[in-house]
Amino acid sequence: MRTYILKRVLLMLPTLLGISIVTFAIIHLAPGEPPAMRADVQGSLQQSEITSEQIDQWRKLNHLDKPVLVQYWLWVKRLVVLDFGRSFKDQQPVIKTIAKRLPISMTLMIPAIFLTYLIAIPVGVRSATHQYRFSDRVVTFTLFVLYSLPSFWVAHMLLTYVCGGEYLDLFPLAGMSSPSSPEMNWLQQFFDRVWHLVLPILCYTYASLAALSRYARAGMLEVLRQDYVRTARAKGLAERVVVMKHAFRNAVIPIVTIIAGLLPALLGGSVIIEQIFSIPGMGRLGFEAVQGRDFPVIMGITTIAATLTLVGILLSDILYSVVDPRISYGSEKS
Amino acid sequence: MAPKKADRARRTRRPRQTYWAIVWRQFRRQRLAVAALIFIAVLFFVAIFADFLASDRPIIMSYKGKLYVPAIKTVGSIRTLDYDKLREDIRTEGWAVWTPIGFGPAQYNLDEILQPPSTRHLLGTDDTGRDVLSRMLHGSRVSLTVGFVAVGIYVTIGIVLGSLAGYFRRWVDFSISRFIEITICFPTFFLILTLIALLPPSIYNIMVAIGITGWPGVARLVRGEFFKQREQEYVMAARGLGLGSGRIIFRNILPNAIAPVLVSATFGIAGAILAESSLSYLGFGVPAPTPSWGSLLASSKEFVDFAWWLVLFPGLAIFTTITAYNLAGEALRDAIDPRLRQ
Repeated sequence: MRTYILKRVLLMLPTLLGISIVTFAIIHLAPGEPPAMRADVQGSLQQSEITSEQIDQWRKLNHLDKPVLVQYWLWVKRLVVLDFGRSFKDQQPVIKTIAKRLPISMTLMIPAIFLTYLIAIPVGVRSATHQYRFSDRVVTFTLFVLYSLPSFWVAHMLLTYVCGGEYLDLFPLAGMSSPSSPEMNWLQQFFDRVWHLVLPILCYTYASLAALSRYARAGMLEVLRQDYVRTARAKGLAERVVVMKHAFRNAVIPIVTIIAGLLPALLGGSVIIEQIFSIPGMGRLGFEAVQGRDFPVIMGITTIAATLTLVGILLSDILYSVVDPRISYGSEKS
Repeated sequence: MAPKKADRARRTRRPRQTYWAIVWRQFRRQRLAVAALIFIAVLFFVAIFADFLASDRPIIMSYKGKLYVPAIKTVGSIRTLDYDKLREDIRTEGWAVWTPIGFGPAQYNLDEILQPPSTRHLLGTDDTGRDVLSRMLHGSRVSLTVGFVAVGIYVTIGIVLGSLAGYFRRWVDFSISRFIEITICFPTFFLILTLIALLPPSIYNIMVAIGITGWPGVARLVRGEFFKQREQEYVMAARGLGLGSGRIIFRNILPNAIAPVLVSATFGIAGAILAESSLSYLGFGVPAPTPSWGSLLASSKEFVDFAWWLVLFPGLAIFTTITAYNLAGEALRDAIDPRLRQ
């Protein structure tokens, strides 16, 4: 097992390198110059008019005058010590900015993933054991509708109808906490935070909920058709035992592995949800970086997101062997 | 239409029913899916004939004894904005057949900004007084073309790479598999956003960006199918007959591996439409004068507190379209599954 994990971690490196090469090529071969650069030069010199020499100087400072291959080599060399360079926009180290923004996104995603699993698995299992009954039809249809519902539209409508305006005023319009939050005690702060995050978490949850419980239902149906379930029933076991002990344990295996795919999907979705709810997380950082062509930040986000995905895939493979003793990676030859 | 020779060949191979006839029969059983298919057909109709459904110009008119067809060809001597005046003139000078909705998608009217739905503007107007219904009808073009072209691009890439990997294996499979792995690990939406933001804004760049990021799913599917098919006897027979690899891949194996790709493509269209509308919503979509559902929704951002019609209708259009494609995809998946055959 240990050698397997080590091998997988080593195999990640070429993949990561490939991802960084593609991203690097895309952003450096695209026409035009980064507007963030102009803004930065203006800001640091405290003047609105800047000369082309000053721009050239700035390009030199950020190695933008060198050939793309040399730039890439410089980038990789710094990456070894986890240095993603400095943002064009504010000259802050990229790794610091990401370290500040990633936890914010995570406070949204972890509860969302947790909630998704908490609701999706029972719903899917129940739907499968009651296949073709009225309740199953209702649940399946509802999930189908949720699955097709664009989350940015839902978020936008929530803002319209329950966040002030002419309709209901139940939730705050934007941000992570109230302006008065520093004066609150920790309990008030906690509830203030929850109050702000309910809607964004809801938006993340319903979308992945639909996908996951449909998956859970399909997996459960598959297992319920197996011979060993029929055997268990023939033995005269109670239906509850058949479902929970014999069927569910086997059906849950593929569901566990989806967690890996959920993470990058949530990161992608965060671009739009964080934008709508004005939450300063990774998604918003990415959006701003793309708008300002802040190359080091774009590179940093892509690399971190890809690493997270790779780790997610590895984790789910390991989880796979934990929940299913038939799968063992130790003796596998490949 | 397939040429006659191929038709005959197919008839001799499968004497009773073709595979696709069986699939279609299974598909037809699901009423909701058929409804979705009809809805998609209507969308196609609307997209193709948008100019005949909503325009500030008449479809056909006779003015001062001359016949014009402004819906197809702009009339040189009459400027676009003059059509409003023309409405009055034409009663005395000739006749005209107007479109059912008498507003063009780009026809602004500053006297009628942000009007709620009424009998004059069935779905209200936007912040420059443009008719929302007209913009939505024309916006269906963007969704439809982006959906089909983007998915067309990635299905093509996916099929080619997937079949090469599945057929040749060894180092071809190894390198293509690594390539698939790399592309899968990209945060897809962020990559699309980066591409769109760096390239000059145009609908083609959106299609290409979605197209070149979406293929790994299809490639993996095709690769898996090829792994299964490759060992079948008919492939061995084809090789024994001395057929070339290209012929075996595309004429012999691919037709047997295409059904799951079609399912994935149907879901893919829904995904591409969603991606396009998300991009337009973020302001990175189709450039300004062209109406798109996502940008219509985005235009409601500043008036979010009262302009419910700007929020509701474009979103509903995106939602129903995505639902229709997902329903069709779901039904197709069930229809090609032999275990569910009745």
